[in-house]
Amino acid sequence: MSAVIDHHAHDHDHDHHAPTGWRRWVFATNHKDIGTLYLLFAFAMLMIGGVLALIIRAELFQPGLQVVNPELFNQLTTMHGLIMVFGAIMPAFVGFANWMIPLQIGAADMAFARMNNFSFWLMIPAALMLAGSFFMPGGAPAAGWTLYAPLTLQMGPSMDAGIFALHILGASSIMGSINIIVTILNMRAPGMTLMKMPMFVWTWLITAYLLIAVMPVLAGAITMTLTDRHFGTSFFNPAGGGDPVMYQHIFWFFGHPEVYIMILPAFGIVSHIIPAFSRKRLFGYASMVYATGSIAILSFIVWAHHMFTTGMPVTGQLFFMYATMLIAVPTGVKVFNWIATMWKGSMTFETPMLFAVGFLFVFTMGGFTGLILSIAPVDTQLQDGYYVVAHFHYVLVAGSLYAMFAGFYYWVPKWTGVMYSETRGKIHFWWSLISFNVTFFPMHFLGLAGMPRRYADYPMQFADFNMWASVGAFAFGIAQVYFFLFIVWPTMRGIGEKAPAKPWEAAEGLEWEVPSPAPFHTFETPPKLDATATRVIG
Amino acid sequence: MTMNFIQGPGRPSAKALIPSALNLMSKASTWIALAGAGLTSAASASTYNLPGGPQPFQLNLPEPATRLAAEQNWLHWAMMIICLVIFIAVFGVMFYSIWKHRKSVGHKPANFHESTAVEIAWTVVPFIIVIGMALMATKLLVAQKDTSNADLTIKATGIQWKWGYEYIKGEGEGIAFVSTLDAGHRALSNAGGPKKGEIVSDYLLKVDKPLVVPVNQKIRIITTANDVIHAFAVPQFGIKQDAIPGFVRDTWFRAEKTGDFYGQCQELCGKEHAYMPIHVKVVTAEQYSAWTKERLKEAAALADDPSKVWQQADLVARGEKVYAANCASCHQASGKGAGPIKALDGSAIVLDADHLKTVNILLNGAAGGSMPAWKQLSDTEIAAVITYAKNSWSNKTAQLVQPAQVQAARK
Repeated sequence: MSAVIDHHAHDHDHDHHAPTGWRRWVFATNHKDIGTLYLLFAFAMLMIGGVLALIIRAELFQPGLQVVNPELFNQLTTMHGLIMVFGAIMPAFVGFANWMIPLQIGAADMAFARMNNFSFWLMIPAALMLAGSFFMPGGAPAAGWTLYAPLTLQMGPSMDAGIFALHILGASSIMGSINIIVTILNMRAPGMTLMKMPMFVWTWLITAYLLIAVMPVLAGAITMTLTDRHFGTSFFNPAGGGDPVMYQHIFWFFGHPEVYIMILPAFGIVSHIIPAFSRKRLFGYASMVYATGSIAILSFIVWAHHMFTTGMPVTGQLFFMYATMLIAVPTGVKVFNWIATMWKGSMTFETPMLFAVGFLFVFTMGGFTGLILSIAPVDTQLQDGYYVVAHFHYVLVAGSLYAMFAGFYYWVPKWTGVMYSETRGKIHFWWSLISFNVTFFPMHFLGLAGMPRRYADYPMQFADFNMWASVGAFAFGIAQVYFFLFIVWPTMRGIGEKAPAKPWEAAEGLEWEVPSPAPFHTFETPPKLDATATRVIG
Repeated sequence: MTMNFIQGPGRPSAKALIPSALNLMSKASTWIALAGAGLTSAASASTYNLPGGPQPFQLNLPEPATRLAAEQNWLHWAMMIICLVIFIAVFGVMFYSIWKHRKSVGHKPANFHESTAVEIAWTVVPFIIVIGMALMATKLLVAQKDTSNADLTIKATGIQWKWGYEYIKGEGEGIAFVSTLDAGHRALSNAGGPKKGEIVSDYLLKVDKPLVVPVNQKIRIITTANDVIHAFAVPQFGIKQDAIPGFVRDTWFRAEKTGDFYGQCQELCGKEHAYMPIHVKVVTAEQYSAWTKERLKEAAALADDPSKVWQQADLVARGEKVYAANCASCHQASGKGAGPIKALDGSAIVLDADHLKTVNILLNGAAGGSMPAWKQLSDTEIAAVITYAKNSWSNKTAQLVQPAQVQAARK
């Protein structure tokens, strides 16, 4: 008995001596601290990747080379892609997962707290190596973020640094995913059955399985690239009988599930925000879960739609065209469900809802251009052109990034204990929405007119739309600096109206059952839940 | 933007479907062009028109010059219309709801949150729609892949950073040449592009030797590459095919009108990716026959006898041309290289009396492929360019490499 008491006394003691100073962050094992680290890291990478994008847009402002030479231009497009995908979007969603999954399922922390720390801190050397490759002899990798062979064989030593960095980031992602799966499957509060889990938790559970399935595939592809470069193998090197197209098959077997890895958690976030601000439960919860699962499964059988112009046999093209078009069905189901949730609700439009509706509208445009790209004969015209660039920025920026902004505004009261400024949030939304469309909408026209992507210079006929896009890009970039300085930073410093435990009238879920800001330790003992598993009853 | 549709038989619906939408597009395009001319300093649209190339403020796929491209346009319109109708319907509902079901207008939330019937309906209906779309696309896809029974077969080889063309079957068989971006345009790009008010309507699309093909004949293009993956594309023909080293792929077109048509390399292939355009000149059958005869005669006259012994001045003069066409884009006209590109001016290997060192680098490449192999050049061209490098800039070796030495090194 006394041992038990001692134990409690120790725990109590521990609470009051939470690590402070740099130790709190370097030795962090608390899911909330690690979540914060992930989010800040991702935002820093978003800024770096954004600066690279703005140099690209500055160069493309008018025909001719004014800012960079073509070698550096290719490095910029490559690194912009790699940094945004592996440095910004993926870690940001892991940050959301770290913060919100334990809170949403009523768990005390992530299952493997020290591995959690390791997954985060692994990313720092990887990011430094990736960004630092600009300063290596010959500059950064310049083979495009897809790293197609045999162009990778012509790259300098920075290619090896890039490959090593991706290996490390992949290991970090896999550890993060294992942690998330184990946490979700084992640590839900009693009474929260799988079909009562919040949608964000569901989407991350599925995403984590996707990550575990495909990150090793990427690791394999880039390891073979590495041995082709240095150890005389010829997996992809045609000079030794290798097959460069095989690289593309392996890469896109990773790459297509990867794009769903970057969008499924966004679906989860939006599925919380739309019901909360419609004051109505999510329509078709079960069908949302099944649709997410279907998208994940279909994502494994559509990869070669990225390769329609490599010259596949006609049966292959037909198969991949049909399979790709099928993805429109579950994605459509999700959009219909969100709109049915809004239907006959009682809506208000605070910033999270604005970003969620903005997501819905603009992401769906990206979805439709995806459907058009899936039509192989039309894709013949559009493949490797600016239409594709427009398409994937519509789904990744207006999709993933907008959903994360929505999630930030929705949960920041819980994270920091203060409300953001609603006026500033609305400025951020409208400014981002307009400048985003000025940047990327003209790219559809450029693509239809035949402008190839990854071009440092272009014929004069493409000049006007490129000029518009560049102006839009700078405005979009400034909007995100504004977001950090005038919205994120004040909330981090605790400036603003004090937030109640549940700042949103109709928000549902266990995260709103703990005070704001969420205490360092939450749900240390499993909470007792009501029948819907959304309220704590003791 | 006028859409001069090439109306194939069996697609009467295409024209019926499109005019109203086309009108709308062309109105929009005029409007955007006007707005754009006001907003940007670029010259007004009509002055930098390039027939057969991209158009300023072009809003849609290019005006088709082949049946397949016309069908692609038709398919794209059909898909666009289906998508737009769905988009407007779905978001019409959403915006209606946003307008009517707001808290600020006092709307009270309803309580419904599931309906199996509705879920089944909006799964099955989109499924049927995508099946319909897939069926519309299938026939065209199969037609695109049918490269059989070609009248003329041409091999297009992607080379960093130019296109090599060989006429391998049909009239003109045996013609082979390399097509390179106009050197003036490349220099103009480095100098910051066309000056304000300066119109270069074929900027970055002008080549030294266009690919010449006859009108109304089925042309099969076989693609491959020497170094990395490139992609051969001509938007007005509706073709795009990767050119993959070590592999052979094919595509085809049958141009239905004469004229100049332009495309660009579409797969990232290294630093000069933006500088390897494609220019196809479609001519009448008679013009084509005349052209092939002339080319073949020229080729016979130019065929270098590798056993010929050259004088230094002649070889240097020949080498200067070879250098400008093949080497200057990396090593620069000054021979000083740039960044990772090695300088030839003052290079120990170039100055070395052992000619085999330079000959082997040209034949086999170096620096892990950064310096590609140039074995596609003739013995005389390689000998000439080496002699040029050994006797230009500050290099004054007076050394002379004869074609026979290159020929010997090849074995």
